[in-house]
Amino acid sequence: MNSSIRSLLDNGPVLTDGAWGTQLQERGLQFGDCPDAWNLTNPDRVAEVAAAYAEAGSRVILTNTFRANRIALEGYGLADRTSEINAAGVAISRRGAAGRASVFASIGPSGKMLAAEEVTEAALLEAFAEQASALAAAGADALVIETMSDLNEAILAIRAAKPTGLPVIACMVYDTGRSRDRTMMGTTPEQAAADLTAAGADVIGANCGCGIEGYLAISRRLHSATSLPIWIKANAGLPEVVDGKAIYRMQAAEFAAHCMTLRSEGASFIGGCCGTSPAFIRAVSERLTEAARCA
Amino acid sequence: MPDLDKLYEAVLNGDHKTASAIAKDAVEAGVDALDLVARYMVPAMDEVGRRFECEDYFVPELLLSARAMKAALEYVRPLLAAQGAQPAGRVVIGTVKGDLHDIGKNIVSALLEGGGFEVTDLGADVAPERFVEAVHTHQPDLICLSALLTVTMPSMRNTIQALEAAGVRGKVKVLVGGAPVTREFANAIGADGYGENAAVAVSLARQFTGAQAA
Repeated sequence: MNSSIRSLLDNGPVLTDGAWGTQLQERGLQFGDCPDAWNLTNPDRVAEVAAAYAEAGSRVILTNTFRANRIALEGYGLADRTSEINAAGVAISRRGAAGRASVFASIGPSGKMLAAEEVTEAALLEAFAEQASALAAAGADALVIETMSDLNEAILAIRAAKPTGLPVIACMVYDTGRSRDRTMMGTTPEQAAADLTAAGADVIGANCGCGIEGYLAISRRLHSATSLPIWIKANAGLPEVVDGKAIYRMQAAEFAAHCMTLRSEGASFIGGCCGTSPAFIRAVSERLTEAARCA
Repeated sequence: MPDLDKLYEAVLNGDHKTASAIAKDAVEAGVDALDLVARYMVPAMDEVGRRFECEDYFVPELLLSARAMKAALEYVRPLLAAQGAQPAGRVVIGTVKGDLHDIGKNIVSALLEGGGFEVTDLGADVAPERFVEAVHTHQPDLICLSALLTVTMPSMRNTIQALEAAGVRGKVKVLVGGAPVTREFANAIGADGYGENAAVAVSLARQFTGAQAA
């Protein structure tokens, strides 16, 4: 196991953070705006989100750089700001964490599909390498490749991230098929575990998806298919759409209870995705503290 | 005379080179174009749809089959046109305003093209006015709206309202889809259909246009 990952996990499971997009919306991010651009235009508000998670008990927080690869930023006309946005993202999370949490930098998908030949492998590799090196140069503690639907794209991102020398976490979304246990491209947790491990990831996992209940089995299956630590950041159940807005009904206490089960299903890094907030992380933190005291 | 069952298999297996070669040979050997499409190509895509529904096929297989279908259609289409055969239908497709996600939309677009539809893709972040304009320019039978974000779903409602305000709503069927979209939402905004996934979207498109073959 990677030594910095090992030392983080020395004292049991590590609490990560929750959703960022909704937190930024609460602070004024407008519909259609590029959230990552806020690293340049509203750094203080982004830092508030980072600080709120560190305050709630996150020991690892991510960065507001999910879309900050050249290909995705192109859609917002921001491709030429790629390095700046990534560097600022790391600095902002570092400031918000204020020594309370490690900063793991987020790398999301390109938004283009290899299988449909919308983008080439070479272009993906180049874009991810550019982002990974900008994040590493800014001092990130690790790189988190997340919300991937295509295993091939995730593997290219790992290949691009490895040369930085930072620990690499690689997570897929499982939301397809009758049991919601495959990626959009049809990959099972077992296939993903084998290929992501072989590609050199230091931690593998799952994020987003169709609710934390379904990710209990995903965690177990990933855990039995690899010797690497497992990272899970699930959604707070399934959203209901009310007046065109997504409402997540699951409350923090229920989410936290599921997180305790995740721990017994093999997850070492635990956090939240859509529908979660610092209140959710605080609830999980309290449960983990209680469990450690009573162990 | 080429073995036409192999055309069926090539489309089903997503082998675009073989599909294209057999279609070319068949056309040169004088096989009736409509027959080729109706007896071999469309049934192959139907089987692709069935396998997708049964989770034997996933998105990559769908895309490969759609590409094989499209490659074969390239040789067949001029003959169909010469016979006066129309495309299965005309479709204008786009991701709604505020949403830059185009993967789902591109999958549906590829499948519709594979199904013999004439597809005009307006891209992502398409304003309601542009859909209205496209109705005038392209005279589509069907408009397909895609959204991935819950926050952009209201743009679907706005687009349908814009079609109504422009007096063209009655000229087209509107089909909506995308990860956060539900049947209830589709009904609530007055869409004609809800494509739960790409294969469903294509079969709805066929129903709406009464299309049997390319």
